[in-house]
Formats: sequence, C-alpha cells, structure tokens
Amino acid sequence: MFLKILLGIWMAGVIVAAFLVTPPGGRDFLDPDSARIIIFHVPNAVVAVTAFFVAMLYAVKYLRGRDLRDDAKSAISAELGLVFAALAIVTGSLFARMQWGSWWNWDPRETGMVVLLLVYAAYFALRSAVDGADRRASLSAVYGIMAIAPMLFLTLVLPRVVFSLHPPTAVAYPKAQRLVLVPAMLGFLGLYLWLFRIRTAVAEVRLKLKRY
Amino acid sequence: MPVETDLEPGRRPARPDVAEPGISPYRSLTPRSTVEMLARAAAVFRKDITSEFRTRYAVNAIALFAVTTLVAVGFAVGGVGISQPVQASLLWIVIYFSAMSGLSRVFVREEEARTASALRLAAAPGAVLGGKLLFNLVLLVSLEVVIVPLFVGMMHLEVSGWPLMLATLAAGSAGLAVTATVVAAIVSKANAKGALFAVLSFPILLPLLVGAIHGTQAALSSARFAAGMQDFKLLVSYTGVMFIVSLFVFRFIWED
Repeated sequence: MFLKILLGIWMAGVIVAAFLVTPPGGRDFLDPDSARIIIFHVPNAVVAVTAFFVAMLYAVKYLRGRDLRDDAKSAISAELGLVFAALAIVTGSLFARMQWGSWWNWDPRETGMVVLLLVYAAYFALRSAVDGADRRASLSAVYGIMAIAPMLFLTLVLPRVVFSLHPPTAVAYPKAQRLVLVPAMLGFLGLYLWLFRIRTAVAEVRLKLKRY
Repeated sequence: MPVETDLEPGRRPARPDVAEPGISPYRSLTPRSTVEMLARAAAVFRKDITSEFRTRYAVNAIALFAVTTLVAVGFAVGGVGISQPVQASLLWIVIYFSAMSGLSRVFVREEEARTASALRLAAAPGAVLGGKLLFNLVLLVSLEVVIVPLFVGMMHLEVSGWPLMLATLAAGSAGLAVTATVVAAIVSKANAKGALFAVLSFPILLPLLVGAIHGTQAALSSARFAAGMQDFKLLVSYTGVMFIVSLFVFRFIWED
C-alpha cells in the first residue's frame, strides 16, 4: 500500500520533471521540445524488452519444473510487455512525425519492435487455441523460447547491418537529461513490477480455486 | 547389430545395458550412436514418404497453391516491368505461403490419423524431428525446382548471378523447413491448425525472409557472389540457430 502510493508520487514527479527539469534538445532537433519524449519513449522500450525477457525466463522455468504458476507469470509478463511495446511504438511514432516527417520509417529498431509485437500476439493466439492447461503451458513456453532467435537477430544483428535513424545504444545522454531519464526508468520498471504483482496474485488465486 | 528376439518363457527381462552381448530383450528408444540416430531418422523419413505417396495431400496442396498464386501474380504484373526488389519479394511470398499450405501436414497427419502415440513409442524424439525435417526439406526443394523456373519464365526475370541465387534459395529453404517443422509440431496439438500455422511461423521467420529477399535481389542485380554474401551468412547462421533451438525444445512438444 505504502509502495503503491510512493510509486504514484514518483511517477507524477517524473512526468512533471520531464517538462520542467529536462532541457530541450540541441540544434539537431526540428522542434527542441520534442526531445523530451525520450523520458517516456526509452523507458517504455527498455521495460518492454525486459518484460519479454522475463516471460522467456519463466517459460524455461516452467519447462524445468512444470509449475503452472510459472506459466501464468510467463503469460502475464508477455502481456505487460505487449502494452509497454505498444506505448514505445506510439511515442516513437509521434517523435518520428515531428523529427523525420513521417509516422513510420521502417527503421530497424521500429521493425524489431513490431516483430516482437507480432511474436507475442502470435503467442496469445496460440494460447487461446490450445485446450488443457498443461498442454497450453508447455506449447506456449516452447514458442516463447523459440522467439529468442528473431529477437536476437532483430535487436543485435539488424541495427548494426542496416542504417538506423536511432542513436546507438551506448550514446551518452547529456547529464541534465540523465537526471530525469534514470528516475523515469526506475519509475516505469516499478510500474511494471506493480502490475506484474497484481496480475500474479489474481492468477495464483485462480489456480488455487481451480484445484478445489 | 543386436538381434531382436522374443523372450524365452520363464526368463526375466534384462536391463538392456547389462544384457548378454548379441541379445537385446527389447530395443532401447535412445539411439546409442549418431549413426543409429540418423538411420532411425531415415526410417521415419521413409515412412512419411510412403504415407505421403498414398494420399499425396501435402504435395497436391503445395503444388496447386504455388501454381495458383504464381498465375495470379503473373496475370497482375507479369506484363508490366516491375522492379527487382518487388520481383524478389513476390518470389519469396509465393514460396512462403505455398510452404505454409503444406508443411504442417507432417505432424497434423499423425494427430488426425491418431498415429502420433505409436510413433512416440517407436522412435526417439530426435529421430522423429530429423525424419520430419528431412521430409519437409525434400518437399520444399521439389516445390522450388518447379516454381522457380516457372517464376523466372512467367515474370521475365533476368538473374545475373545464378550461384548466389541458388545458394540463397538453398539456405532460405533450409531455414524455412527447420522453423516450419517445429512450428508444425506445436500447431498439430492446437485447434484451428491451418490459420495458426502461418500466424505462428511468420514472426519467427521474418528475419530469414528479409535476408532471403535481400539476397535474391542481389542475385538479380549483380553477378558477383560477394554482393549477397552478408545475406547468405545471415541465412546460414539463422538456420543454424533455429536448428539448435529446435533440437532443445522439440522434446517438450513431442512428449507432451
């Protein structure tokens, strides 16, 4: 309860700071104010990828231990990943319109994010098409693990081979920007954890009810 | 090779690893060597070829689908000169969707005919995966033997570098067959198999398709193999990664 309120205040602070503390972008930006969107765009993308990674870890854990709670956690994390990925795409698209003049540019990172979205949309299509909790769990776990291959190629290989509009990941953000970006990352991560815990609690209660 | 014999009455079945040499009370499902593994995979492959020739379902579905799309595409754009990127994309779209119409049969057939359990008892998961993969690969390559010359003829394709073209087709089909075989195993246990197969395969195959289209485009425009080397490397490494991943996960699908 206390953590929840703290998270709410924290996120409110991040949103205010994004507009008041973050300096506008440099001369590279058509509209310097549009640079502030990284406070929302980057954490969303990072949390989305983290969530998919967590989903994959729980898929492996399920296949090792056959505990349906792990399967539920895997699905929940994938679901949250979808939400954050969609937000990252929307914020990125808004910025692309401001800066590069087009909503969509087929940038390798944009494409990678959309493919991740497709992978996990297919994952939920699979889940809805399998009868029986155990079978659904193991088949979707396998599919979640197979998704590593495209994920690695799209995030590690493709952006290095094809020209990207995005700055390289190791780019040093200006110190004033980092001052808000790092708390924003923590805030979004906290948001993910909070949602994850609520959903997990509900899923565990459901599994227990089914057992009796 | 140990001879399979019926047990003599009154004799207790021995554990295979302590059995007398030359007498195996029952055949172990786990192959003892790579050669034995490959031999069993070949047996699964032969079984699939035989049952396919009885119905010719997969062959018919793939061939008719391929020819239909090809004619449709040819009617629409064959007369007009279209750019090389579009030609390369169309070729792979035809190959991809034809593959999607038939490659799932290997596993779906086992489930529909209720023979999957028998196969599970008769062969190790690795042998099943190997045999089915080989079958799909043969199916896909024979499709391409027909479809690629037809495509080249109907679309007035001018291929500058045949070695690169063939290498791209070979590596692309290998990756397509590997991925499609594992996804087919997943799909065979789900409902709405047909639609799900294409939906599940597409995101996983996308990097491969991008590489294949890019490589084909390079083969159309340049005679040098080096022009598509990067794409060829991508195709080979992607196929390798998918193959290794499928070896790891197949057991969990098959023994479910």
